[in-house]
Amino acid sequence: MSMTQPHANCQASREAGGEEPVPTYHRPVPATWWLERGPYRWYMLRECTSLFVTLYALFLLVLLAVGPETFEALLSNPVVVALHLPVWVMVTYHGLTWFRLVPQVIVLWRGKKRISPRLIAGAHFAAWGAVSIAVILIVKVYSRG
Amino acid sequence: MRTREPMWWALFSVGGTVAAFLFPALILVTGLAVPSGWIPATGLYDFVQHPLARLVLFFGISLPLFHGAHRIRHTLAEMGMQQHDRKLAILCYAGAILGTLASVWILAWR
Repeated sequence: MSMTQPHANCQASREAGGEEPVPTYHRPVPATWWLERGPYRWYMLRECTSLFVTLYALFLLVLLAVGPETFEALLSNPVVVALHLPVWVMVTYHGLTWFRLVPQVIVLWRGKKRISPRLIAGAHFAAWGAVSIAVILIVKVYSRG
Repeated sequence: MRTREPMWWALFSVGGTVAAFLFPALILVTGLAVPSGWIPATGLYDFVQHPLARLVLFFGISLPLFHGAHRIRHTLAEMGMQQHDRKLAILCYAGAILGTLASVWILAWR
């Protein structure tokens, strides 16, 4: 039975007190491992959305720190406006992957029947749409100037 | 650091949810609605002076910073910096904490 467990030897020596540490072999993984397969690339794209989320959070912070002239200048600067497009694409991809994963975190049961993961994800996508419209309308209504 | 992982993961999770719900819409506001003139920049500037708008923006900035810090830390570790994980963790979370302190200062006193 223990033959089928890959790390049985290491485990045993560690539990025995480990007088001399057993050298464990780690297969070298190149830093570009994620380029090897399609799903790995999508995974890494998803992970990289965090950089864009961070950058936009910092951009909001800058907008709140500056005075009214700089505020207006920043929001009408062509470079700043153009940079919004890749940021929007990446942050929206973050949202898509995030809500698609929600059913794996939230597992709901009605009696003995599991509520469909698609229904849970769908409810989140619907809420996402509603929140987005609400945010834009609230900002519009309260920013009459 | 391992024992604090659930706390960082919780902040990552909440921050990811906040960013997912709010950021695409806010990017449309700052990148499309304002530059096109549909929402006047002066009006938006006045709106973000309101305490309630600032409270929402505090959570909308701070929590996504923790989301980003956690994911950037693990992504860099996966990209071949595993042996520096502890340093990465300190750097990333310290950055998010600094950003949070900066947003408190900016939103409360500026």
